[in-house]
Amino acid sequence: MRYIEPHAHMVSRVTDDYRAMTLAGCAAVCEPAFWAGFDRSAAAGFYDYFRQLTEHEPQRAAKFGLPHFSWLCINPKESEDVALAREVIALIPQFLERPNVLGIGEIGLNKNSRNELQVLEMHVDLAARHQQLILVHTPHLEDKLKGTRLILDVLRADARIRPERCLIDHVEEHTVKMVLDAGFWGGMTLYPETKCTAARAVDMIEQYSGERLWMNSACDWGVSVPLAIPLAALELRRRGHGAEAIDRLIYQNPVRFLSQCSKFKLPKEPMASA
Amino acid sequence: MNRRELLDLYYLEARAKLIDVAAFLDRLERAEGASDFRLTAFTQALTQLGRSQEPRVVRVLASLSDPTTEPIPAATTKAACGAWPGKS
Repeated sequence: MRYIEPHAHMVSRVTDDYRAMTLAGCAAVCEPAFWAGFDRSAAAGFYDYFRQLTEHEPQRAAKFGLPHFSWLCINPKESEDVALAREVIALIPQFLERPNVLGIGEIGLNKNSRNELQVLEMHVDLAARHQQLILVHTPHLEDKLKGTRLILDVLRADARIRPERCLIDHVEEHTVKMVLDAGFWGGMTLYPETKCTAARAVDMIEQYSGERLWMNSACDWGVSVPLAIPLAALELRRRGHGAEAIDRLIYQNPVRFLSQCSKFKLPKEPMASA
Repeated sequence: MNRRELLDLYYLEARAKLIDVAAFLDRLERAEGASDFRLTAFTQALTQLGRSQEPRVVRVLASLSDPTTEPIPAATTKAACGAWPGKS
């Protein structure tokens, strides 16, 4: 089995996780910029974080032969401070040409506030001006439905944005249809308590064909499972899906979306399972 | 998969979750002190489990969601709690 982990916050994970993922068949890992669990005090903290995502973390992954890619932004959880966000967004262009940067993400909303919306629009403008792919975080729990609607409104209001170059992450049953109907890609995040279980992800795949869907673990510093994708592959198998269909969902689909960025290149023979 | 196969695959897991919900509600009832909007929302979501045209999972998720459409003036917290306080 081979798979892509399209959303993992590896700066928060131990090196053993890289080893376990590689052993399980991971062929590449993609890391969106994230909230550190506390608010950074200045834009300089983000400068160092962007260096970590584009210099240090690829080296850590490379020790296991694992290509590492990243997305850059100020996360919605830190977007209430618009002045700080403006400073951080101004730092991003100097990193966009780095070889492992795929685009702008994970941008979006957290509590659906006016300031978060303003910062989302700034990020969308940045992505449009630099022809970048977009990875969108949708809010948690009770805020997801409203936030997903607001995010889609922002993206559709900007004529420069092409839906097929945007992935709306953390979809659930009440948001997946609006995302796919609008032409965007959808990401299903496999979490132990919030977001969705493997069984529910398979339900959505069976109902919506899985043409523009991927799965991710979004593993971070919280309770999360770095091997959630191989476990979901097992769930697909238990539900009667064949090897080709599973490969399409956990490898070919992410490759198809991510390859819209010319920097997303994989070795000809991804490291096989041991 | 047909219904029988799905029952074979998921029945015991769903049964365990159902019993967990029942035990959770009993635990809350035995405890002292005031409840809050989360229990109200949870109880209302349970009523969405009956059969109808729209899938149960969509109705339950929508029932636990903020139904408003306008952005809030400012974010005063980062966390979500799983139910919309406005319903209490």
